[in-house]
Amino acid sequence: MNVPVKAISISIAAALAALACSKEAPPPPAVQAPAPPPPALVVKIGHAAPLTGPQAHLGKDNENGAVLAIEDANAEKLKFGGRDVKFELMSEDDQADPKQGTLVAQKFVDAKVNAVVGHLNSGTTIPASKIYNDAGIPEVSPSATNPTYTKQGFKTAFRVMANDEQQGKVLGNYAANQLQAKTVAVIDDKTAYGEGVAAEFKKAALAAGVKVVDEEHTDDKAIDFAAILTKIKGKRPNLVFYGGMDAQGGPMAAQMKKLGLKSKFLMADGGCTVEFHKLAGAAGDGAYCSLPGVPLDKMPGGPAFKDKYAKKFNADIQLYAPYVYDAVMVIVEAAKRANSAEPAKILAELPKTNYQGVTGNISFDENGDIKNGAITLYTAKDGKWEPLETIGGAPAEAAAPAAPEAAAPAAAPAQPAEKK
Amino acid sequence: MDILLQQVFNGLTLGSIYALVALGYTMVYGIMGLINFAHGEVVMIGALSALAATKPLAASGLPGPLVALLALAVAVLVCMALGFTIERIAYRPLRNAPRLAPLITAIGVSIVLQQVAMLIWGRNYFSVPSLLPAAPHDVFGAEITDLQILIMVVAALTMAGLMLLVNRTRLGRAMRATAENPAIAGLMGVDANRIVSLTFVIGSALAALAGVLVSANYGIAHYQMGFILGLKAFTAAVLGGIGNLAGAMLGGVLLGVIEALGAGYIGDATNVCTLAHVLPGLGDMCAADPTQSLLGSNYQDVFAFFVLIVVLIFRPSGLMGEKVSERA
Repeated sequence: MNVPVKAISISIAAALAALACSKEAPPPPAVQAPAPPPPALVVKIGHAAPLTGPQAHLGKDNENGAVLAIEDANAEKLKFGGRDVKFELMSEDDQADPKQGTLVAQKFVDAKVNAVVGHLNSGTTIPASKIYNDAGIPEVSPSATNPTYTKQGFKTAFRVMANDEQQGKVLGNYAANQLQAKTVAVIDDKTAYGEGVAAEFKKAALAAGVKVVDEEHTDDKAIDFAAILTKIKGKRPNLVFYGGMDAQGGPMAAQMKKLGLKSKFLMADGGCTVEFHKLAGAAGDGAYCSLPGVPLDKMPGGPAFKDKYAKKFNADIQLYAPYVYDAVMVIVEAAKRANSAEPAKILAELPKTNYQGVTGNISFDENGDIKNGAITLYTAKDGKWEPLETIGGAPAEAAAPAAPEAAAPAAAPAQPAEKK
Repeated sequence: MDILLQQVFNGLTLGSIYALVALGYTMVYGIMGLINFAHGEVVMIGALSALAATKPLAASGLPGPLVALLALAVAVLVCMALGFTIERIAYRPLRNAPRLAPLITAIGVSIVLQQVAMLIWGRNYFSVPSLLPAAPHDVFGAEITDLQILIMVVAALTMAGLMLLVNRTRLGRAMRATAENPAIAGLMGVDANRIVSLTFVIGSALAALAGVLVSANYGIAHYQMGFILGLKAFTAAVLGGIGNLAGAMLGGVLLGVIEALGAGYIGDATNVCTLAHVLPGLGDMCAADPTQSLLGSNYQDVFAFFVLIVVLIFRPSGLMGEKVSERA
């Protein structure tokens, strides 16, 4: 009888190996502009996002935003120190995988890029930021929202979107005040993003006097939430918060309804997608979610940017393209002020940024986080997210700088296919 | 009380799903001594092909339950053909190879099926329309849907049907003979190849059934949905005693109930704040945040596998497993 058991243990090992091996295809070749005329000063801007895999649509959207920005920057016919300037985009695929993210970062360093826009995900941005920091290359992320990114004491790390700390705070206060929740249950999906945003929400909710009656965990592949939702039902919270993605948030909303759990349902940006409605069906109506930033139509340059994007790519903006555009422009403006494309000189100018971009006014606090980043709340109505109100994000806490290396290793995020 | 009952319902539903898939594993293992790791992927193909068939059928204006039955029929046919093909391509040429060889091809088939499904259906999640009334019934304060009841009944009936087939029919006798010794069974006039093919075809039909029920219950289908489900069902089969049909049922239901009760109660049972009046040092921490569980629902899978390990220590062949002699 020993044999079956032995075969089984081998089988499990082999199955796990198979799981580990199911990887995406190799990255596509980089998008590169043709060689410039010799006298011009070439300024290389690196761009990293997942261009293959489940988030390829978001990564391509980011790349498109960067392409538009580079085009506009070149149209300005800038001169640094008397030389004509030509901006070039070097776009790489990080597959939303932290390991691949560091390889891409090293590639940028070796190619001597002048600055980097990216990465899309927190999970790739955080490990890559150390490589840029060591090489002294400025990095502006359009969409990585995990607070750790700018808290490692790196002078090279900037972002143009409100972080999860700001988002969690707004969500916690919103739950307490506007949604009138006295008791909440918090669920997360155990990824760097989900756990992070859930922790920030909980902190803010407790500070606002809300009672956290239960904390549950699932994972980013689960489809059955009956057990944890039933437990939550027993604690009768006014509101359930889920920190995670739409693929779980949608079915979760549906299962809440099935179990007769009548609490309000609130999610952060991971659940704020069109996909959510598809998966939740009618049960999704009445759910709430938040997105950093303001709705595209309300952005100062939103409608114009939308037209420009549609004309160039014959497609609609997915999510972050306007932020990528602004991230590139912030770098271009800093280079303009420095009258140089040298990374060190751009770096010296970046903290002084005060730029009126597509998404709004951009200036950075001492950590490199955007000041007063806005957060918009939405509610689900008839299978659509309708904006409720935009809350100017609270300024990041002043007591945060210092402690350079302390936060870094613990933060190294895990999930390869995790969004944001 | 209603919460406990609800958790039991949750566990029974989940367990019956595990059991349905586990029956497919255990049947193939019982006859061939092979762990068919592609089984979870066949479940996924069943779910996705039923979904593909639902759209044109629903458009034709037929009543809901009839659409569901027709879609199920399509899924069963697709999976039967798939199971037959898999056995012919991946396992039959290795019938006399060392045990590890077919195991590796099984994993290979699993990966190939996932990738093919990804190419056909793409990477997005699909929402599955519910064709049965979704309104839950109230049973002593707990909610249960028609579909959940259907899943439990189907799992139990399937197990009973398979046991009848294996123990009471001519085909079943041929199966048992093949399981014991294919060469000798051949000498007795049993066409072993035919029996093995049939086993795979029946197992795949069960997988299609499981796939349709799973995707209908959760309202979601995806090209990777089969892998974790397959792994859990395999665990259930081992827990119950792989090769034993009643064991697969028992193992599945047990695993589902353990997961549900584990997720539902261990978190509160290990909440250190319940000791706050005994250990004064905890007072401040618990006043700020009264949930300080040592083991929360993130350990849901740990409970299940812990039980599996304990069972295997004391009963290495599973709860209802018999001693089986090593196959050649």
